[in-house]
Amino acid sequence: MRVRHGWRVARALLVSQYALMLEYRAEIVLWALSGVLPLIMLGVWSGSGAGAGAGLSPQQISRYFLSAFLVRQFTVVWLIHVFEEDALQGRLSPFLLQPLAPLWRYLAAHFSEQASRVPIVAVMLLALGLVAPGLLWLPSARSLLLGLVAIQAAFLLRFLLQVVVTTLCFWSERAAALDRLLLIPYLFLSGLVAPLETFPPAVRRLAMATPFPWMVDFPARLLAGEEVNATLGFAAIAAWCLLLLPIGRWLWLAGLRRYSAMGA
Amino acid sequence: MASWRHYGRSLRSFWSTSLAAELEYPLNAVIELVSVFGNLAGSLFVLQLLFAGGSSLGGWSWNGALVVLGLYTLLDGITTCLLQPNLSRIVNHVQTGTLDYVLLKPIDSQFWLSTRTVSPWGLPAIGAALGLIAWASSRAGVPSPALLLLALALVLASLVILYSLWFVLAALSIWFVKVWNATEVLRQTLVAGRYPVSAYPPALRLVFTFVLPVAFLTTVPAEALLGRGSLAWAGGSLLAAILCFGGSRLLWLHAQRFYTSASS
Repeated sequence: MRVRHGWRVARALLVSQYALMLEYRAEIVLWALSGVLPLIMLGVWSGSGAGAGAGLSPQQISRYFLSAFLVRQFTVVWLIHVFEEDALQGRLSPFLLQPLAPLWRYLAAHFSEQASRVPIVAVMLLALGLVAPGLLWLPSARSLLLGLVAIQAAFLLRFLLQVVVTTLCFWSERAAALDRLLLIPYLFLSGLVAPLETFPPAVRRLAMATPFPWMVDFPARLLAGEEVNATLGFAAIAAWCLLLLPIGRWLWLAGLRRYSAMGA
Repeated sequence: MASWRHYGRSLRSFWSTSLAAELEYPLNAVIELVSVFGNLAGSLFVLQLLFAGGSSLGGWSWNGALVVLGLYTLLDGITTCLLQPNLSRIVNHVQTGTLDYVLLKPIDSQFWLSTRTVSPWGLPAIGAALGLIAWASSRAGVPSPALLLLALALVLASLVILYSLWFVLAALSIWFVKVWNATEVLRQTLVAGRYPVSAYPPALRLVFTFVLPVAFLTTVPAEALLGRGSLAWAGGSLLAAILCFGGSRLLWLHAQRFYTSASS
């Protein structure tokens, strides 16, 4: 009974959010375009000899950054920006009255946005294939499957991390500014702008101790067909999720007690 | 003459009121400082990785590449101070219909829209950038006063180009109301300006010169500062600035004819 009810709620949420996202398709095209950073970095890295110095062939470099581009496209989390606005404008109040935790609504919105990105990213890849035919390749079924699962796992980890920061909206009017700080280690330690193989060993060990490499480097290398310890990667993501989940839950409940809607 | 004074007085009151409003959020100053230095440290780290393979990047020495990075940071800071706070708001004016009030004011509407607010949060980036440029260019050889003057003129030209790009994208919202993140795409693509344009593959170099003039934003002023400026590039840069600014002005005059206010 509960399962059937949960399924019905999930379906209604996903269908309505997907319809909403389709209305904003022009915007989603722009968001997809703004994720070109890994492609720009591919340009720089393929022109420099630094990749070869770290034992990476040009093909490995191009596959890695192309995979990182895909990972980036499908792990975008914008929860905090929407939530900040909703909390400030009091739109959160009606959501709280419904018999459904508001975060599920946001999660469904993120999944729907990912779905609406699929055709846009396909067109971008097609354009890339026309300009530089050598760049595209067909990954093996195994790396494709594992890569897609890893992308979703990485997305969940990013979502949970942002939930923790988002709950600070209950205490501060500008919590989104804090998210910009979190973006810095994400940008430089995740492997988005440089493959982790090129890092000095000490920095690499430091990076691996943070959640960030699991968000880009791990799924991207799986997708690119590199040698990766998949069990270790998924275990690390699960461990980080298990760590963040209770923190996020506790902060959320504490914040909710403080929340009094704007203007009250 | 009186009109110049009028614009000067308006500018003073615009900026003093917006500064007063921004200083209500002192925590932002700390966040901005951390974010500027974090980003700069990350960029230096990646640049150093790129230089690990050899002693040059697209024919640029380490100090030369640092000048380019400094110029990028400078433009980014100015974007945070002036372009982003003003031009990302045009969309809201169109969406809510408040552009009507702007058009009715006895002041040029492009001037009002482009200068209404100023944010102090780009200042740390500007300060750090000036320091980096001065340090790196003096290590590469102290530039003569004439070169300095030429570089200054080229930086001004790059500012005009950057402003025009932002304004054109923001003004497009007159036709496509919902494109509030078009400027975000621009910001993400301009990241390419962190590296000298010759570090990219030839096809991308053409794009970054003629389609999206990233080359004129950072590479050309840096070459002048390093004493490698050529008359052709300097002339091209000034020409591009004039064309871009004229284009943005024409587009705005044209766009006003299409503006029909919200709900009509």
